[in-house]
Amino acid sequence: MLSRVADSLYWMSRYFERADNASRVLKATYGLILNPAKFSTEERWFRAVSSLAPGSASNNVDPQRILFSLVADPEGAFSIVKCISGARENARQVREEISSEMWEHLNRLFHDVTGSELQPDDDAGAMRVVTLVREGSYRFNGITAATMNHDEAWHFIQLGKYMERACNLCVLLDAYFVVGKHADDLDWVGLLSSCAAFEAYCKACTAELKPERIANFLLLKPEFPYSVRYSMDRMHDALTAIGNLSLSRRTENVERLVGRMRSMVTYVQIGEIIAGLHKYLATIIEQCRELHAAVHELYIEYPIEVAFQN
Amino acid sequence: MITETDMSDRSGAGILPRYELNGAYDEMFSAPDHPRKQYRPLHNLLLNLGPDELRRSKNEADQSFFNQGITFTVYGNEKGTERIFPHDLLPRIITAAEWEKIERGLTQRITALNLFLKDVYHEGKIIEDGVVPGSIVYTCKHYRREMRGVKVPADVYITVVGTDLIRNPDGNFVVLEDNLRVPSGVSYMLTSRRVMKQIFPGLFQKCHVRPIEQYSQVLLSTLRSLAPEGRSEPTVVLLTPGSYNSAYFEHTYLARQMGIELVEGRDLVVHDNIVYMRTTFGLQRVDVIYRRIDDDYLDPLVFENGSALGAVGLFNAYRAGNVAFANALGTGVADDKAIYAFVPKIIRYYLDQDPILEGVETFLMSDPGQRDHVCQRLDEYVVKAVGESGGYGMLIGPHSTEQERSEFRQKIYAQPRNYIAQPTINLSTAPCFVDGIIEPRHVDLRPYILYGEKITIVPGGLTRVALRRGSLVVNSSQGGGSKDTWVLQS
Repeated sequence: MLSRVADSLYWMSRYFERADNASRVLKATYGLILNPAKFSTEERWFRAVSSLAPGSASNNVDPQRILFSLVADPEGAFSIVKCISGARENARQVREEISSEMWEHLNRLFHDVTGSELQPDDDAGAMRVVTLVREGSYRFNGITAATMNHDEAWHFIQLGKYMERACNLCVLLDAYFVVGKHADDLDWVGLLSSCAAFEAYCKACTAELKPERIANFLLLKPEFPYSVRYSMDRMHDALTAIGNLSLSRRTENVERLVGRMRSMVTYVQIGEIIAGLHKYLATIIEQCRELHAAVHELYIEYPIEVAFQN
Repeated sequence: MITETDMSDRSGAGILPRYELNGAYDEMFSAPDHPRKQYRPLHNLLLNLGPDELRRSKNEADQSFFNQGITFTVYGNEKGTERIFPHDLLPRIITAAEWEKIERGLTQRITALNLFLKDVYHEGKIIEDGVVPGSIVYTCKHYRREMRGVKVPADVYITVVGTDLIRNPDGNFVVLEDNLRVPSGVSYMLTSRRVMKQIFPGLFQKCHVRPIEQYSQVLLSTLRSLAPEGRSEPTVVLLTPGSYNSAYFEHTYLARQMGIELVEGRDLVVHDNIVYMRTTFGLQRVDVIYRRIDDDYLDPLVFENGSALGAVGLFNAYRAGNVAFANALGTGVADDKAIYAFVPKIIRYYLDQDPILEGVETFLMSDPGQRDHVCQRLDEYVVKAVGESGGYGMLIGPHSTEQERSEFRQKIYAQPRNYIAQPTINLSTAPCFVDGIIEPRHVDLRPYILYGEKITIVPGGLTRVALRRGSLVVNSSQGGGSKDTWVLQS
């Protein structure tokens, strides 16, 4: 497969997952702020902002504009609409690689979310976009799984999706466990809903909301699709499959990086990491970055000299 | 879908009565209410249909085009508004006898033009013998000095051709334009056929329409026939300028139909005069490039500097014979509108035959006598810039204002070599479904010719329609649409 095509598929998938993540977090946060807060509504918004638009968050969150800027702001680099446009733009570059059903669905979703000129104070309108993306994303994942060959292209799509998911989860956990200092039961429900995890958590751990147990569930649970562990296992699967297809490539470095990263969530117990959670999460994010760079150098932007040596 | 059972007895409510013949050859009617034989099944169907059924089918067809993404992007709009290519429901029908002549005529013409290209880039005998003046050949906008002496695979310069034919008022097809560089539009021919089969299955059964679906397979084997020697399993790719190009849909469509990679310039690397594409498996050698990029942008080392669309070193790899292009470079010299005037002579010179298909009488503005003749009667002529296509840089005399004519007169005198003039031809008309009724609109015909080990012309083509009433301009960039073209079996 062309390197450029693999790169576009990977980024299509990452942007889509980013939009999907934002829609989950915003839906949960919007539900939360409608309840009276023990501390302040601003803090709840602040958590959402710091997890969705890292770097741009300041302590002065303007609750009137925040929803708009995270959903539809054409200036905001992290808004849902921007992410959907990014996903579609990448898909457009590789239309001959993805199935027509995928393209049609993504195209329609793009037209739906960009179609209405959203005003900054229109919360209901913004939430309609969030809902469109929620539903659209489950459908897109289903269509993708059902309509294309599970070949190299599919593995790059999986890699992008779970790379993005693992990073998003770490940032979100950091926002709840480290950045936001006050959390009550409602906030923990908010965190779980942000990961589509509330029902799954209750099934596995009952409705008793213990922060340590929640962290364990979202970080280390291998069976839950929105956990860091699950995401890393899938990244590992995708990279192994891609490596097996291209036997001529020197994959040692990528294998080493994905293995090291995976061991971070495979062989630990929550008690060992909960005290130093911020540092632990930062290490995982850093390792994701390294892995991304290594994959890029191996499959996408490899130096020509290296290619001729092989 | 329109079938016999849809035909309620609504005859008389009709959508045809206002169909007025205007002196042009009409594809459907030989005289008012007298449909030609090949159109009778369609005519019968139309007599019994109301505007609502047609409108419903039209919507069905449009929706189908939109969902398949057969669209072009409207520029200057950040949201990337996509429109479908305007399409008319009613097929344009060509008889077996008419097609047989077109096929023979085009084969003859393309064979001669290909010999002409080989000649002008090698010995230049036709110039030496005084048949075509060197002063015209070497001043063609698309003449490529760099191609002198370059041997092209199998001596085929023009692998894919889309020739524009029109029908005279007397009913004969004549050649209006040869498109020998990167002709487009074939995806509209292929996709519109698929939609038409859904809408008029009954009519297809009655009419015995020859199939065109084999186009992609023929194109692929034609391209493979160009591969450098010794490359038994050649890698063929389609080189696109990218997703912002207005024909990007066609590029993705053809690549998918042929099962070949769609590459951009940045995917290609040239090393030791061999072209590779960057894949996740490493570099993979490329043997044949079906390029949908103009000559000027292919290689920044040789042509237009600063172009990011091509790849550095492509031309040297080509000259070394390690990669084939379809079409070859420099083919634009043979579709220059001034060269066009010489095509009958070119055919006689190389093939010693009379041209089977006539051209349109053409006046060279570089010739003082012809120039004065035309400039005194600009309102009767169509003036065209020689190196342009797509309906740009054109004056249609009878539809022009005095001011436009005087502007063109100045341009002609300033750069006579740059213009030719032809008498205004009343293109034939065909029935079109416009605003709820059926009216005549002017049409042309672009068949696609593939030149590999032999010349293949898929029976059909793109019938382009000037959708504005009375307009003679069929180009899609100027408000034209298309129709499915049916060539009958017998």
